[in-house]
Amino acid sequence: MSEQADKTLATDGFELHPDDRAAIQAELGHFEQPQAACIEALKIVQRRHGWVPDAAIPAIARELGVGPAAVEGVATFYSLIFRQPVGRHVILVCDSSSCYLTDYEMLRDALFDHLGIQYGQTTPDNRFTLLPVCCLGACDSGPAMMIDDDTYGPVAPKDLAELLEGYS
Amino acid sequence: MTDGTPGTVNRVRYRSRLHQTESERKAETHPLTWRLKDTGERVDLADYEAKNGYTVVKTALNGQSPDDVIESLKTANLRGRGGAGFSAGLKWSLTLRGEGYPRGYLVCNADEMEPGTFKDRLLMEQQPHLLIEGMILGAYANNSKLGYIFLRGEYIEAAQSIQQALEEARQAGWLGDNIAGSGFDFDIVLHTGAGRYICGEETALINSLEGKRANPRAKPPFPGQSGAWGKPTVVNNVETLCNVPAILEHGADWYLNLSGDRSSDGGTKLFGVSGRAEKNGLWELPMGTTGAEILDRAGGIRNGAKLKAWLPGGGSTGLLLPEHLDLPLDFDSIGNAGSRLGTGLLTVVTEEQSIVGLLRNLEEFFARESCGWCTPCRDGLPWSVKLLRALEKGEGEEGDIEILEMLARDLGPGKTFCAHAPGAAMPLESALTFFREEFEAGVGRKKGPAGVETVPLGEV
Repeated sequence: MSEQADKTLATDGFELHPDDRAAIQAELGHFEQPQAACIEALKIVQRRHGWVPDAAIPAIARELGVGPAAVEGVATFYSLIFRQPVGRHVILVCDSSSCYLTDYEMLRDALFDHLGIQYGQTTPDNRFTLLPVCCLGACDSGPAMMIDDDTYGPVAPKDLAELLEGYS
Repeated sequence: MTDGTPGTVNRVRYRSRLHQTESERKAETHPLTWRLKDTGERVDLADYEAKNGYTVVKTALNGQSPDDVIESLKTANLRGRGGAGFSAGLKWSLTLRGEGYPRGYLVCNADEMEPGTFKDRLLMEQQPHLLIEGMILGAYANNSKLGYIFLRGEYIEAAQSIQQALEEARQAGWLGDNIAGSGFDFDIVLHTGAGRYICGEETALINSLEGKRANPRAKPPFPGQSGAWGKPTVVNNVETLCNVPAILEHGADWYLNLSGDRSSDGGTKLFGVSGRAEKNGLWELPMGTTGAEILDRAGGIRNGAKLKAWLPGGGSTGLLLPEHLDLPLDFDSIGNAGSRLGTGLLTVVTEEQSIVGLLRNLEEFFARESCGWCTPCRDGLPWSVKLLRALEKGEGEEGDIEILEMLARDLGPGKTFCAHAPGAAMPLESALTFFREEFEAGVGRKKGPAGVETVPLGEV
């Protein structure tokens, strides 16, 4: 193996947590081929670290016995796999048509104002990361958004302060 | 505390809203929802079995052949509820099974992400056993050895509800080896996704299930011939599968009669309304119910405003006008009107809302969610966004509308690798047909000199 290739496989001392390795191994049993556990493996690592650091890619690849490019390709495709550090809480704001028709843009601008950040950014206190998301399937209650695992809608700008207060 | 009222968090927590009470929902007329509780609590195994749940697994697996099951579905004319409307029975009849073929997979497409669609969420959160029962019957008909529920990652509550139900079903012997003493083995794995609308395309979904990027695959071979890991694979939407138990329990003729004279499509459908209607939400109604009746149930448009247009079943369906409200909502009638029934959940647009703005929003969605695999989709959709943004600001150029028309045509069916771009083209084409003057109003200047970027592309 060339020195270059060796570098791309460097895990920079990143080790999968033993519990995560066990969880990934358990996933393997659900599929015909180990590559299939790739997305779940990325999610397992993300649950522990909040995001998926570059060094985790070759570590996951080794665990699954697949090439790092396969894992990297997947990790950069899916919108819920985070490749940069995120805040303690992730806000997903539905920007699709039904919410658009029920004042999504007002909610979005209110969030920008309230948090002082734009999409793709994290508040300086590391509390919130703000991202747009595909139709959340809460169209009858638009505009809708999620904070971590919780779905809310309709959310009026005046509700934001109290709503966000619950996530410290 | 600022100016939010006390209890804001609880008040704005999202809950599915089915606007029919238990007293209105009967087994004979509401096969999808009659077991649901008014409280919205999950129907657990005990509740489900107490209301006849899983009885048809016993009778079908022990008394009917897979071909019988498929024949019933065909006669019932159950058409795919994910939006394409393909006959479920016909799809199942095309699955390779029998001597010499490996047992394959039954995949439930629970990646509900079509803009304006919020129906499968209700079924999965509140009644996962109906889906599981439908999957067992589907697996029996298609000789599938394992089922996957491909659930979008954001549906947290549905994931918990399904996981609990799977455990209950295994404990009770409805999943596992020798189900109901029939000798048939089958189990289900819940797989949660990590985002991206394109995962709802059935071959992209299979790639995603295999742990790959969700690019669609070339067809043929169709999944029923060669799907997940090269095995025969059937992909059905949640609501489609949830229709199967009642068809087998009460018979195909009963199911066809649910829609009666309204439609040649059988059964009922979860219809719904979103946008600025008085009472958004869901209703289980016969196929062929008119848009007018559904909008009436929703109390009309908020604050007495006027309806300008509506999408019959999601962001990838063509806009219709108020005059189309009297059409029966079924796959053929809406198709003949130049749109698609899609998921059957209406999105209403009011008189004062901008069609150009709506289309800009829709095409931003489709451009972002393109998987990037084929050039017309990857490059054509951002182009439409650029033009629509300019027109919305009144900064469109002469010729922009013609380019949009060209894009709507050239991104249509058969011109791209999968149905993503045609889905984006359909609302655009209809908007240009019905509301051309709104686009014309956005043309603010003569065509600029070649090579001059008059409007920044920005981030798409």
